[in-house]
Amino acid sequence: MTVTATYFDAATATPPHPVARQALLAALVDGWADPSKLYAQARRARQLLDAARASTAEVLGVRPDELSFTASGTAAAHAAVLGGLAGRRRAGDVLVHSAIEHSAVLHAAERHAAAGGEARPVPVDRLGRLDLAAWSAAVAAPGVALATLISASHEVGTVQPVAEAARACAEAGVPLYVDAAQSIGRLPVGADAALPAGFVPPGWSILTASAHKWGGPPGVGLLVVRKGTRWESPYPADEREAGRTPGVPDLPAIVAAAAALRAVAAEAAAESDRLAALVDRIRAVVAATVPDVEVVGDPVRRLPHLVTFSCLYVDGEALLHALDRRGFAVSSGSSCTSSTLRPSHVLEAMGVLSHGNVRISLHRETTEAEVERFLAELPGVVAELRAQAGAADL
Amino acid sequence: MTGRDPAVTVIDCLGQRCPLPVIEAARRLPQLPVGAVLRVLADDPAAAIDIPAWCRMRGQEFLGAVTVDGAPGYEVRRAH
Repeated sequence: MTVTATYFDAATATPPHPVARQALLAALVDGWADPSKLYAQARRARQLLDAARASTAEVLGVRPDELSFTASGTAAAHAAVLGGLAGRRRAGDVLVHSAIEHSAVLHAAERHAAAGGEARPVPVDRLGRLDLAAWSAAVAAPGVALATLISASHEVGTVQPVAEAARACAEAGVPLYVDAAQSIGRLPVGADAALPAGFVPPGWSILTASAHKWGGPPGVGLLVVRKGTRWESPYPADEREAGRTPGVPDLPAIVAAAAALRAVAAEAAAESDRLAALVDRIRAVVAATVPDVEVVGDPVRRLPHLVTFSCLYVDGEALLHALDRRGFAVSSGSSCTSSTLRPSHVLEAMGVLSHGNVRISLHRETTEAEVERFLAELPGVVAELRAQAGAADL
Repeated sequence: MTGRDPAVTVIDCLGQRCPLPVIEAARRLPQLPVGAVLRVLADDPAAAIDIPAWCRMRGQEFLGAVTVDGAPGYEVRRAH
């Protein structure tokens, strides 16, 4: 049997946009020199780096000198948290964060706590929406140095109330760091017209993103520190990237990431509409055709391309393998699929079923036919696994 | 909670990975009379999330987490 490979894990890594491939190859030819040197090859590299920065800053609606490229989205998140805390150490040592941040942010928070600081999580509701009252109280408490909020959940797609959270931070005089990895290049369902410049509502002081989430290559992160924000590098600093990212940048990858972002931003409105309709169909059909399934996350205020559901009595790892055998690449928040054998902290914070969990995330190459094939095969896959577990009649 | 209450039916799912404790609970609860309490001993961290979630999906009453001789347990009352 020939199985067509269907990739449904864009939230982990999106297939490179065609312009990213072209730009990467071109930049490998004349963007390999160290941009800080004083000869022709370096000047060419500097031109490419400056152009990539200017283009990316324009898409995000920020100043070029506020934007630094990092070695990954994770490195950017670590720098955002630890640098934001270091810059505000005179204000206090408390980090306020949502309970559903990406593990990169939580790992930085753990480092901060291990060094004697404090990290205070703020809960979310069953749909994965930030508890704004708890957030406002938390950021207004004495000693808060930094607050951090993911723009939209990478696991369940729920878009967070960034504008309202930012207002609470502004009233408390606390800078807000937004992890925008899943939002850059995509429009939330029902986004208002003000959003396209930057993909995230304003009011934040620090923002990070990751190029392979939008169709750039892996190995490029963005760290944006707004003018006037107190931020101090947590690393031994050099003169690169305004002192925010040490080491020679991966210029060909940065050029490709910038080219992809420009292309993706131009397509964002149409693509987000198209993918949101496919996700609506998945949400409706899965709920209707698979018994005892819980489709999780906010059905309205959500990312356009991502949907998560949990199947009662089904082992998440077995489900991933069964789907893989049928040519579907998906992700899962179930504990049996994680190296730590712990369930996803996001599903835990929401209080939703964590076993039998599947995350589908679509991208610009996803076709309606692929979605239909998935929807046709899923009920049988789930039924078979339940039968194997002796749980078919429970 | 000492775990010696005779009115409580106990199933031991210690060492089992989710969804096995939930499946076992789903098998046993219908065998009990309405109003009876089932205690599921389970040390898979996912059980703390999945047993309450299963109760919510099935309309059964989740009573809470208990510790029995050092082992984590979850109590469910058959509601219907």
